[in-house]
Amino acid sequence: MEAFKEHVGFVVPLDRINVDTDQIIPKQFLKRIERTGFGEFLFNDWRYLENGAPNPEFVLNDPRYANASILIAGANFGCGSSREHAPWALQQYGFKAILAPSFADIFRNNCYKNGILPIALPAEVITSLSQEAQDIEGYQLMIDLEAQSVICPDGTAHTFEIGDFEKDCLLNGLDEIGWTLQYEADIAAFENRGSV
Amino acid sequence: MYEKIWEAHLVRASADEVPILYIDTHLVHEVTSPQAFEGLRLNNRKVRRPDLTFATMDHNVPTMDRALPITDLIAAKQMETLAENCAEFDIPLYDIDSPEQGIVHVIGPELGITQPGTTIVCGDSHTSTHGALGALAFGIGTSEIEHVLATQCLLQQKSETFEIRIDGTLPYGVTAKDIILAIIGHIGIDGGNGAVVEYTGSAIRALSIEERMTVCNMSIEAGARAGMIAPDDSTYEYIAGKRFAPKDENFDAAVENWKQLPTDDGATYDRTLQLNAADIAPQVTWGTNPGMVTDVTGRVPDPSDMATVDEKTATEHALEYMDLQPGTPITDIPVDRVFIGSCTNSRISDLRAAAEVAKGRKVAESVSAMVVPGSQAVKRQAEAEGLDKVFREAGFEWREAGCSMCLGMNPDTLSPGQRCASTSNRNFEGRQGKGGRTHLVSPQMAAATAVTGHFVDIRKFQ
Repeated sequence: MEAFKEHVGFVVPLDRINVDTDQIIPKQFLKRIERTGFGEFLFNDWRYLENGAPNPEFVLNDPRYANASILIAGANFGCGSSREHAPWALQQYGFKAILAPSFADIFRNNCYKNGILPIALPAEVITSLSQEAQDIEGYQLMIDLEAQSVICPDGTAHTFEIGDFEKDCLLNGLDEIGWTLQYEADIAAFENRGSV
Repeated sequence: MYEKIWEAHLVRASADEVPILYIDTHLVHEVTSPQAFEGLRLNNRKVRRPDLTFATMDHNVPTMDRALPITDLIAAKQMETLAENCAEFDIPLYDIDSPEQGIVHVIGPELGITQPGTTIVCGDSHTSTHGALGALAFGIGTSEIEHVLATQCLLQQKSETFEIRIDGTLPYGVTAKDIILAIIGHIGIDGGNGAVVEYTGSAIRALSIEERMTVCNMSIEAGARAGMIAPDDSTYEYIAGKRFAPKDENFDAAVENWKQLPTDDGATYDRTLQLNAADIAPQVTWGTNPGMVTDVTGRVPDPSDMATVDEKTATEHALEYMDLQPGTPITDIPVDRVFIGSCTNSRISDLRAAAEVAKGRKVAESVSAMVVPGSQAVKRQAEAEGLDKVFREAGFEWREAGCSMCLGMNPDTLSPGQRCASTSNRNFEGRQGKGGRTHLVSPQMAAATAVTGHFVDIRKFQ
């Protein structure tokens, strides 16, 4: 997995709560057997019109947010299905981090496995960052994972929580399966203890 | 109960590390697994316990005549890939031609694979279904599937515990589906985030095992990691004699162990909620997530009545997408399609309940309705009871088993603008087909809606 230490990027605000994984990557794109090729279908049904042209109403199609790599969204982002295709699509589109007041559990786990950082901040902070991203052309944020901090252009820092293990995995791009396999003896002992 | 199962499955729990949890049963399907198997190959890893892994094909499979070729070549490739992966890694597979094929969350319990006190995972969020038998069961992503294939373990943080207690007697016409929709309406679609829910109380005890599956199935729609119900005599009776269930004296010994699982008297939960079964009415969703739900006697809400700006905006979006006007009585809403199926409501008791309503009646001319059994075994049982005839004579289509129009990955989809009464679990935008509008209901309500062409209060249905 690609490591995540620090990131500076443009910000796009998606002003919706409860964005579900069916919106992030609709089911018609889940039939691929590869891990790649999902970015162009991110938010497909919102992003494109019936005729396939970009929907000018959808924020990702606004030219001023064209190079965004940080997504700000409403509460409970990523609810619904367990499809890891959702973080794949976000990552392959170019997102490195998602800021929201809260995330659905499975989605958040899936993000960590793919080098995307889901950052939960208080609702009022999200609202104000989202407003600034709309008001200020070329608005950028800096994310410092080591310091667990989101830094605004004016220097204001917002700290966020992350589990030590998840942080370590992201900072070092750790292979979790390899990590677990170093305890192979414990697994075997567990299996011998029970009837499994 | 969650804590007992959790403790019993800890392979390693050191204070400064993430706990390693042992997984007893890993269920696999065609859509979320190919990249996991590819990951194993790339890293030259094996499947640690193919004997604890079971695969089936459900999400993509067509529900028309199985003798016909599969016209969706990409879907066919995904199914072929699962077959190749199962052959390569020696995993038992119930493929599209198998008499055991079906929705993974229907066949697990049906075959006795799902057992109390076990940990069960699957790359599908509705894995919470299996908690109905007292298992700790939850959905995982593809990276975690690869992790379980390689190690038979998962790295997991412990969840909070959440007791949802429903006491009292369910009124006539009110079902397990209405219980869970009412709960989600109450706590919201993120009300269970970070928690494992245990459903308790006399109304839950009174449910059959299949009804309990409907409740646990939609735990994820409240954001919960898992949902579970303590095993009891109904559970043991259900499991007895199933193909993978323990036999004879092993079964008796297993039951003795299972009896130790229920939460101890006096134990406390991190969160609690109590509802009275008598207060629950048949539920119908009006919006674009399962929390946007009301009683069948209710009306489409007015965005200006919402408590927060976010909710007001979300309601406006939902009503625009659903093409509904605030204040419209739910029973005035007409539908074009009816879908009876999905891992929520496609078991034999669901089909019996819907058939009872459909019997001797006709699907309204303006409606096209279909019934998709959850598994080939459910289909055979229904046909043995003549339910297929009841449905066909009433004008419902009778299909082969699969996930079908719950998520519309196969050819069963809504057209843009079509409105559907569905017994499935998600009414997200585009879930059943781009531009399609989904209303979630119980099987009885779906059948009655098919007959009348609009939503009806099943309690007054003649």
